[in-house]
Amino acid sequence: MTATAMDRIVDPGDPLPRISGHSSDGRLERVLRSGRFAVTAELNPPDSADPHEVYDRAVVLAEVCDAINAVDASGANTHMSSVGICSLLTRAGYAVVMQIACRDRNRIAIQGDVLGAAAMGVANILCLTGDGVQCGDQAGAKPVFDLDSTTLLQTIRQMRDKSTFLSGRKITVPPRVFLGAAANPFAPPYDYRPLHLAKKIEAGAQFIQTQYCFDMALLRKFMAKVREQKLHQKAFILVGVGPLASAKTARWMRSNVPGVHIPDDIIKRLEGAANQKKEGKRICIDLIQQIKEEEGVAGVHVMAYRQEEYVSEIITDSGVMQNRQPRRPRQD
Amino acid sequence: MYSVRHWSIRHSRLLEGLYRRFESTIAALAPLFERIGYGRLERPVAAFERQAKGLMFDCQMCGQCALSSTGMSCPMNCPKSLRNGPCGGVRANGNCEVKPDMKCVWVAAWEGSREMRGGDKILEIQKPVDHSLKGTSSWLKVVRDLRPPAPLSKAKKSA
Repeated sequence: MTATAMDRIVDPGDPLPRISGHSSDGRLERVLRSGRFAVTAELNPPDSADPHEVYDRAVVLAEVCDAINAVDASGANTHMSSVGICSLLTRAGYAVVMQIACRDRNRIAIQGDVLGAAAMGVANILCLTGDGVQCGDQAGAKPVFDLDSTTLLQTIRQMRDKSTFLSGRKITVPPRVFLGAAANPFAPPYDYRPLHLAKKIEAGAQFIQTQYCFDMALLRKFMAKVREQKLHQKAFILVGVGPLASAKTARWMRSNVPGVHIPDDIIKRLEGAANQKKEGKRICIDLIQQIKEEEGVAGVHVMAYRQEEYVSEIITDSGVMQNRQPRRPRQD
Repeated sequence: MYSVRHWSIRHSRLLEGLYRRFESTIAALAPLFERIGYGRLERPVAAFERQAKGLMFDCQMCGQCALSSTGMSCPMNCPKSLRNGPCGGVRANGNCEVKPDMKCVWVAAWEGSREMRGGDKILEIQKPVDHSLKGTSSWLKVVRDLRPPAPLSKAKKSA
């Protein structure tokens, strides 16, 4: 790692002094509870044992987001683990959202990882089912799916609030974590999606990060149901966004990435542009601005697959940070 | 069998009514079951249950049946064994992410539940699967769970 990168790897926000009524000691929960529009961003995990690759990617994201998501073999592809990434990031002071997918580990392994993560300073955990093994690079792997995302939420909530494992055995110091879940308003059964979200909130979800949003009409329909049930008052909803590099990428994503819905008019808009990459960024910024206006949305979750360098521009140009300054640790 | 499974989901209301009657019948037989002994009954009852529910629902014999809460669509046929709702990977045509030719078990469950009297049970959270029950009869489990163990009720009376 370069000396300059090391100098910048500081996040004064995490861990923070304890506030009563908060589940975690992390920055993300504070930002959300204070009513500010939050930004989280996904870090593309390296296929490498080199910690510098994690730090180099984190440093560009940290300036414009409240927490960095460490993915857990997303798309069922093997990468550096979310536990490993979180270990590196928390020791350098970053705020992280550790993702846990039920696909690869059973309840014994997961509960152990939760304690380990909290001990390392992980303040946020995102509970996921996980993509099927067939869509990744290890299609012959045994799918575990011992828990599902809902029972995973319940399990970690029990660990945190009751200081017991799922078995009932006592935990001496419980993990102080802010619990998240995913939602996909853009996949069938559409009527059931808001009710499914309610179920996840009942199971313990305090913040929600959605799948990529490219269809405002569907999001608005979903959010209307969310508001009807007052779910936005029970959990903070961060809508997933990301830049599309080209029409070709968009087509590839919609047929190969499970649960991603990209309407034809977005693809047409990309095709019609002289510079598709630039247009992809513009679309992303437009979406963020529209999402921000939607009542009940608490923030955005940026997933810029192999385009981290643009995240900073996108967030800054979208204006969602308002008068919040991008944090430049050790420079301000 | 896939087509029978979907027939069952389409007729979830009928099956719900039939099961309710069946459940009260076997619950009433509890004293008889106790005399014979659950240990002795387990193998033949489980074998029958496997055949009957296998045909009707493609039952996987998890031993803790959730059909009444999942629109008569067996959640163990979901490649991710999801018991609390669909994953985010459901295809636009309502089919499964993992098995593109199969209708999503939860899309079917939602439809089935809308036909049932107790369909809103789909909104209740299901516990994690207890894998130690795999292959055992969920019918006998229902009977045992409905009937409090005898020594406990005696203890209550004396107290």
